[in-house]
Amino acid sequence: MTSAQMDDLIVIENLDFAHSYGAHQVYKGLSLRIPRGKITAIMGPSGIGKTTLLRLIGGQLKPQRGTIEFAGYNIPELSRSHLYEQRKRMSMLFQSGALFTDMSVYDNIAFPLREHSKLSEEIIETIVLMKLEAVGLRGARHLMPAELSGGMARRAALARAIALDPELIMYDEPFAGQDPISMGVIVKLIKSLNNSLGLTSVVVTHDVAEVLTIADKVVIIADKKVVAEGSPEELKNSDDPLIHQFLSGEADGPVPFHYRAPSLAEEILGAQQGESHAG
Amino acid sequence: MLDRIAGLGKAVLDSIAGAGQAMVMLLRALIGKPQLRKSWPLLMQQMYSVGVLSLIIIVVSGLFIGMVLGLQGYTILVDFGAEQSLGPMVALSLLRELGPVVTALLFAGRAGSALTAEIGLMKATEQLSSLEMMAVDPLRRVISPRFWAGFYSMPLLALIFSAVGIYGGYLVGVRWLGVDDGAFWSVMQANVEWGQDILNGIIKSLVFAFVVTWIALHKGYHCVPTSVGISRATTSTVVTASLAVLGLDFVLTALMFG
Repeated sequence: MTSAQMDDLIVIENLDFAHSYGAHQVYKGLSLRIPRGKITAIMGPSGIGKTTLLRLIGGQLKPQRGTIEFAGYNIPELSRSHLYEQRKRMSMLFQSGALFTDMSVYDNIAFPLREHSKLSEEIIETIVLMKLEAVGLRGARHLMPAELSGGMARRAALARAIALDPELIMYDEPFAGQDPISMGVIVKLIKSLNNSLGLTSVVVTHDVAEVLTIADKVVIIADKKVVAEGSPEELKNSDDPLIHQFLSGEADGPVPFHYRAPSLAEEILGAQQGESHAG
Repeated sequence: MLDRIAGLGKAVLDSIAGAGQAMVMLLRALIGKPQLRKSWPLLMQQMYSVGVLSLIIIVVSGLFIGMVLGLQGYTILVDFGAEQSLGPMVALSLLRELGPVVTALLFAGRAGSALTAEIGLMKATEQLSSLEMMAVDPLRRVISPRFWAGFYSMPLLALIFSAVGIYGGYLVGVRWLGVDDGAFWSVMQANVEWGQDILNGIIKSLVFAFVVTWIALHKGYHCVPTSVGISRATTSTVVTASLAVLGLDFVLTALMFG
């Protein structure tokens, strides 16, 4: 293993993936490296399958071809029990937070600890309070998830995600639907948790401005593969029209505004012709 | 025409695939070394929400069905001067048929739909995915306790249903219409057998419990995780489970009493 490989926590090579229920190919020949201890932002137009990528890394979906190595283990080939072992080293913050609605905030965060450790309740309480302190919700421990605002729910879910001190944390659209203040809070949390806990963070998002302030590496996915990667500065200075369109948020460009369709003129005239035939 | 044949073929294939999925789900949920310390509190919690919370509808329905049986039975039997047989008539109809079947139908509507909707929503809100990402098998954690809770509680509910129903028959037949108290109970005792009547009723109820709970869990676990998908799955649970109960009841009756 070369030193470059050792610095990558996740190495994806030549990944092909299509959902079993549709012929639509999501990825074709995607290759990607996630450096250890850094924040990697994965960006791309919506509907490109960014969440799918996280599920592939987590082993919830299996690719048709290619390898996904997490810390040297090829995730798609692991048996169920080995996969579960590796999943204890990673965690994922879902877009909705995915807190268990039948448990209080405290029990939600204690849940992974109670499942996977044999710690006593006193120690679990200490850990839970520490994690809640880190996200600023120590006072909200007795609330039920339904009583939390969207931003608070996401922070509580973040506390749960770091409960077992994972090596990797994957954020699925952490900024979506957040007001500017809680967005700022989450940006700050991602950065500070990454630095203080020595995590590797993967942030899937299309909120360009927020993520560029904290990312060490940016990967842009479009058209079933990685189209650009580099540090935020490199991408900002790039003159590739696609990167430019994406980072500056222009409506039309290499990524078209319109969903695939015949031109409007053709469609309207075609319909008129059809009607005149019918008449 | 060809499209219709293809559509029919697809429907058949889909239903076979669905049955396979349901089978795999159940096997994976139930097989594995039991972890009593963790699963006991989960089971108790589910017994409460599936079983205890269904008690009211079961008791009320049982009482009314028993009362109707008493009334209808009396008006027919009295023509033949056989109103002493009201006791066994009420008891046998309840223990053999109405207890297990009506309980299963009510259970499908009350608890089955709740199970499907709950699990469907857990899926839609990514709670199941997040369990998996936390290396906790949702089949063991979510499906398995709910399955056992349904399996254990339905036969108990059916017995309660029958007991309350017999009391309802007694109220109408003896207290209201004046059938002899001693005859009502003693003729019932003489005619109801443990093995043939009570045990067969319990076996029926166990089969229904297995099928209804299984269908409800499968529909929830494999639903399309949208609001339309969950509502369809919930409806489908009630319809499929009710039809399965009625169909199986005929088969079981033929095997047991035919």
